[in-house]
Amino acid sequence: MQTFDLESHSLRELNSILHAQKDDTNQTSWEVINARGSHAIAVGLDAPIEVTIKGSTGYYCGGMNKQATINVHGSAGPGVAENMMSGTVVIEGDASQYAGATGHGGLLVIKGNASSRCGISMKGIDIVVHGNIGHMSAFMAQSGNLVVCGDAGDALGDSLYEARLFVRGSVKSLGADCIEKEMRPEHLEILNDLLMRSGADAKPEEFKRYGSARQLYNFDVDNAAAY
Amino acid sequence: MKDINDTPIPRTDPIQSATFTNPINAEIRRAAATGIYDIRGGGAKRRVPHFDDLLFLGASISRYPLEGYREKCETKVTLGTRFAKKPIELETPVTIAGMSFGALSGPAKEALGRGASAAGTSTTTGDGGMTPEERGHSDKLVYQYLPSRYGMNPDDLRKADAIEIVIGQGAKPGGGGMLLGQKISDRVAEMRNLPKGIDQRSACRHPDWTGPDDLEIKILELREITGWEKPIYVKIGGTRPYFDTTLAIKAGADVVVLDGMQGGTAATQDVFIEHVGLPTLACIRPAVQALQDLGMHREVQLIVSGGIRSGADVAKAMALGADAVAIGTAALIALGDNDPKWESEYQKLGTTTGAYDDWHEGQDPAGITTQDPELMARFDPVEGGRKLKNYLKVLTLEAQTIARACGKNHLHNLEPEDLCALTMEAAAMARVPLAGTEWYPGKAGF
Repeated sequence: MQTFDLESHSLRELNSILHAQKDDTNQTSWEVINARGSHAIAVGLDAPIEVTIKGSTGYYCGGMNKQATINVHGSAGPGVAENMMSGTVVIEGDASQYAGATGHGGLLVIKGNASSRCGISMKGIDIVVHGNIGHMSAFMAQSGNLVVCGDAGDALGDSLYEARLFVRGSVKSLGADCIEKEMRPEHLEILNDLLMRSGADAKPEEFKRYGSARQLYNFDVDNAAAY
Repeated sequence: MKDINDTPIPRTDPIQSATFTNPINAEIRRAAATGIYDIRGGGAKRRVPHFDDLLFLGASISRYPLEGYREKCETKVTLGTRFAKKPIELETPVTIAGMSFGALSGPAKEALGRGASAAGTSTTTGDGGMTPEERGHSDKLVYQYLPSRYGMNPDDLRKADAIEIVIGQGAKPGGGGMLLGQKISDRVAEMRNLPKGIDQRSACRHPDWTGPDDLEIKILELREITGWEKPIYVKIGGTRPYFDTTLAIKAGADVVVLDGMQGGTAATQDVFIEHVGLPTLACIRPAVQALQDLGMHREVQLIVSGGIRSGADVAKAMALGADAVAIGTAALIALGDNDPKWESEYQKLGTTTGAYDDWHEGQDPAGITTQDPELMARFDPVEGGRKLKNYLKVLTLEAQTIARACGKNHLHNLEPEDLCALTMEAAAMARVPLAGTEWYPGKAGF
C-alpha cells in the first residue's frame, strides 16, 4: 500500500504518480489521505490500480476513469466519475450533483444518496445508488443502467434515450417521454448482477423499470408542448 | 376606369411593402403550411456592420511602408502560452474552426486536416468526437469539449494538441444543436452512443458545471487529466464579450475564441441565427478591452471568427487586437460548397448557388455536408485539401500585403490606429475614427 498525503504534496504530484502507473505496475494499492474536499482527485487514471481516498472529495473525483477502482471514504462533490470509461468508483457517503455525468462505461456505486442530475447524459455507465436521487436525474441519458434503491425526485429520465432506469421506491414525477415499462427476465438479470456487484441489499423484484417512450426521437411539432 | 369626361383615371403603381416583403411573405406561408420553424445551416445572412465598413490608412510620409518582395512580414503565432507546457505554434494566424464529423462527411474532415496542415495551421473537431482520419491528417488538432460530450474520451483528449471548451457559438449563442436523423449513419450513431436514424440533440449547457467558478474547476480537471500539456481554449458566442472574456480569463483559459453572429452552424432555427447575438465587428474591441484591463492581452490569446473571408478581414481583426482568426464557412466554400458547377442540382433542391444552406438535410450536391455514400464520393479529400491550402496561403499573403503597406513587420503589429471607418456604426463598434475625422461615437469632443 502506497500512501499519499495531499496536505504535504500537491494534487499535480498525486495525479502524475497515478498516471505513471502502467498495466503491469506492482504498486496496485494506493491510499490518499487528507483529501479535504480537493477537486480533480484521481482523474484520468488508466491502470488496474486501487485508490482509496480518506475523506470527502471536491468536484470531479475519478473523472474520465479507465480501469482503476476508486473508493471514497467520505462524500463526493459534483461530477464524481464524470465521463468514466471503465473501472469502478465507490462512494461510501453521499454524492453531489451530476454524479456519473456522460459516463461511457464502468460502475459507479453511491452508498448514500445522490443529488440532482445523477446520470445526466449517461452513455453506457452503470450507476447504483443505495439511497435516493434528486431531480432531473438521467436527463437525456443515452445508454447504460441507473439503479436507485430509494426514491427518485422530479422529472426522472427527462428526454431519455435508451438508458434503463430501475427504481425501488417512489418516483416523484417522470420527465418528458419517460414511462414505466415492463420488467422482463433479462432486466431482472441485469438488475441482479448490478445489485450484487454494488453490495446493495435489495431484490430485483422490488424494482420498477422506466425507459423512453421514444416519442421525441424525431422532431414532431405536435410534441412541442413536451419540450 | 374612366371619369365623367371619359378620361382614364391615373392609377397608383403597385407598391411592395418594405415590411411584408416577398421573402417574408413566403416564410409566413411556409410556416402556415408546416407548423414548424425554418431550420438551416450557416450564419446570419442579414447585412450587419462588418469588416467591409473599415479601411486601412496605409503609409506615406508619416508612416513608412515595408518593401513587398524584400522585407519580412512575420505571420507566426503561438497559442496557449499562459499555462500549457506545449503551446501551439502556427505558421499563419488563420485557423480552421470546429465543424463536426456528422455535420460534415469523413472525407471533408480529412480535407480540412490536409489543407490546414499544408498551410501550417490547426483544425478543430466538432460535436461528435475525433475521427482517426481527422487526427491522422491534422498536424495540429484542437479537440472540442462540448455540452453533448458525444465521443468524448480521455484517449482522444490526450491525442489532441489543444482542448476547446465550447460554451457557445456566434450563430446561436445560448442554443444547443440538432443533428437530424437523416444524417445519422451507422458510424455517426456509434460514435455518439445513440440509435441510428433518430434526431441527436446537443445540449445548450454543459452537464456537469454551471457558471465561471465551476468552469475554473472543469479547466483544472482537464489540465490534470492531460498533465497540463495542452492549451485550453474557451469558445464563446458573441453576446456580452467584455464580461464573457473576463470570466473565461478568470477561469484560467489559455485562449479565448470569440465567434460573432456571421459564424456558421450546421443547423439551427433561422430566427435564432438572424436575431440573437452580436456582429463579429461589435465583439472584438470589448473582448480586447477585457484582456487589457486584466493585463492579459497577448498573454491570453484571442481568436476571432464569424465572417472572415479575405486577408483584409484577417488583417482588420488583428488590427483590432485579435491574435488569430478562425474560418468555417469560407473553408467549406474553398472545399467546393455552393459551387456553381452544382447549380442544376441546387435548383432541384429549390435553391441556387450561394444560397444553399439546408446542410442538415444531408443532400449536399457537393458531397461535403452529407453522410450519403454516393454524394460523399463526389468529393476528393486530396483535391479539397489542396484548394484549402491555396486559399489559406492567399489569406495570409493578403494580410501580409496590407501589414507591409502599414509599415508592420508582423501581423500582430497592426493596430486600431491603422484603421478608419466608413460608417458611424462601424466607427462606434470598432472604436476607430470615421474616415477623414479623428472622432468616433462615444469619444469626447464632437
